Amino acid sequence: MASTLRRTPAEPAVRPASAGRRRRRGGFLSPPWWFAAPALAVYALVVLYPSLSGVLYAFTDWNGLGERSFVGLDNFGKLWGDDAARGSLVNTLLLTVAIVLVQNGVGLLLALGVHAKIKSRTVLRVVFFAPAVVSPVMVAFLWKYVYNPAPDAGLNAVLGAVGLGGLRQDWLGDPSLALWSVAGMVIWQFAGYSMVIFLAGLEGVPVELHEAAMIDGAGRFQRFRHVTWPLLAPAVTINVMLSTIGGLKLFDQVYAATNGGPGHASETLSTVLYKQAFVFGNYGYSTAIALVLALFVAAVSLVQIYYLRGREVTS
Amino acid sequence: MSLRYGFRTFLLEIAMIGVAVAFLFPVYALITLSLKDKRGIAEAPLSPPLPPHAGNFSDAWQRASLGSALLNSTVITVASLLVLIAIGSFAAYFLARQATRLGFGLYVLFLLGIVLPFQLGMIPLFKMVDTAGLLGTYQGMVVFYTGIQLPFTIFLYTGFIRALPGDYANAALIDGAGHLRAFTQVVFPLLRPITGTVLILNAVFIWNDFFTPLLYLGGSPRETVPVRIFAFVGQYVSDYGLVFAGLVLAALPILVVFLVLQRYVIKGFASGLKG
Repeated sequence: MASTLRRTPAEPAVRPASAGRRRRRGGFLSPPWWFAAPALAVYALVVLYPSLSGVLYAFTDWNGLGERSFVGLDNFGKLWGDDAARGSLVNTLLLTVAIVLVQNGVGLLLALGVHAKIKSRTVLRVVFFAPAVVSPVMVAFLWKYVYNPAPDAGLNAVLGAVGLGGLRQDWLGDPSLALWSVAGMVIWQFAGYSMVIFLAGLEGVPVELHEAAMIDGAGRFQRFRHVTWPLLAPAVTINVMLSTIGGLKLFDQVYAATNGGPGHASETLSTVLYKQAFVFGNYGYSTAIALVLALFVAAVSLVQIYYLRGREVTS
Repeated sequence: MSLRYGFRTFLLEIAMIGVAVAFLFPVYALITLSLKDKRGIAEAPLSPPLPPHAGNFSDAWQRASLGSALLNSTVITVASLLVLIAIGSFAAYFLARQATRLGFGLYVLFLLGIVLPFQLGMIPLFKMVDTAGLLGTYQGMVVFYTGIQLPFTIFLYTGFIRALPGDYANAALIDGAGHLRAFTQVVFPLLRPITGTVLILNAVFIWNDFFTPLLYLGGSPRETVPVRIFAFVGQYVSDYGLVFAGLVLAALPILVVFLVLQRYVIKGFASGLKG
């Protein structure tokens, strides 16, 4: 949810006020500091202090029981030398790229479809968005059936029925497919989420601009390319950032659908660090993996803020 | 974009309905299988469930102890939302009306929590919760969700409050109200639109969260719906009729809430994320 680094409120109705904001802010009678105190206390207790301790743990060999001693960068060397963990890093990146590209691509197409003046638009919006309000762990169980290896069940049955029986697969059991199958169910669940954000962007594109372009003789694609797309930039930024962060941190779906398997074929950083902590008791090592994950998320977020926000324009 | 309902719009309508039908296949499978007994599933899993077999639902309700799980989820979600909105809106009011460097630094510090993966603090926090004797309690979960969702909540509120004229609160202060009264009686009611968004977005997150309740509540009588369903599915893994009836029952409350509030939910998601 790093969209949140945008500083201007985006409600169109209030945007004009922002110009005078700085001038007026001096006129406020500032509330006392203790208004922020309870929130800061809880936040420090639940997020700041544990995260800082986590950074320290990452450089120790703590196993939860005895003394913990500093081991420098050993955990990170171990991560690099550990095939399963290194594989999970690659998997996490592949999964994230797949989710970002496909989920947002599908989301954009759906948004364009239900933004048009079709009669079923309201119902379709609800249908496409509904999976996003259901718990990911429950969606994963549903998709375990969809990915059933039996030829007459789930997706395989559909493929057989429409004459594509040759495409039937052991979707989650095949090591070369499992990761992409997980990506598929995540995309199914959250494509509607991307759609809603794109829709919000589409609603902000002034109709007059389209009419002007039409008068100038621009076709559908040209109007999309030169009018809609540039103005969708903020929605693109938010969608790309949300799906990137979501993809990097992905846990529930993998844990429930494959538990990282078969072998380590669908292992992600989150499942590896969970297993290292709560199965093997390697707290220090587990936290080192979490730190790598945090650095990835931070780095990617920063890069995206600079590059994606740079191309945002206003109408 | 054309305002007429022409032939192209008709084709698009057909295409989108086709996409929706394909999209709904997993939901069809879910409902169909939940309405069949074992024999029906073995013979023809995806044929329409005629006649429907409803026994799975009562079985699943009892075997997954969904009643108590729903109660736990409700208590945790509602209590967390109340605390979040109370202390989040207070803090955001301070941050939005504080033009100093300290105010901005504090704001950035809160925003950091949006990017930080919670896994980084997972183990130290687990130890703290354990030491404090809060494993398996409502209180532990409420404190956790409040802390973890405060950054997002504060971000939404701060953006909204900054765009709000300060005159109302100032008038109340000049009339002799304290800051506390000015906020609770004058400013907070003005925040209703964003409070709705905060409520919806956090409710969906807290209700659906799986990992933390698994860690903090797993095995206790306070397990939430996703955790209970996880254990239930693990136990009856080969009995799809029963498992899917459990999934339907567990997903129903949030889906009903969504359908009733869908216009606000979708708008809330969009505007919340737009800001």
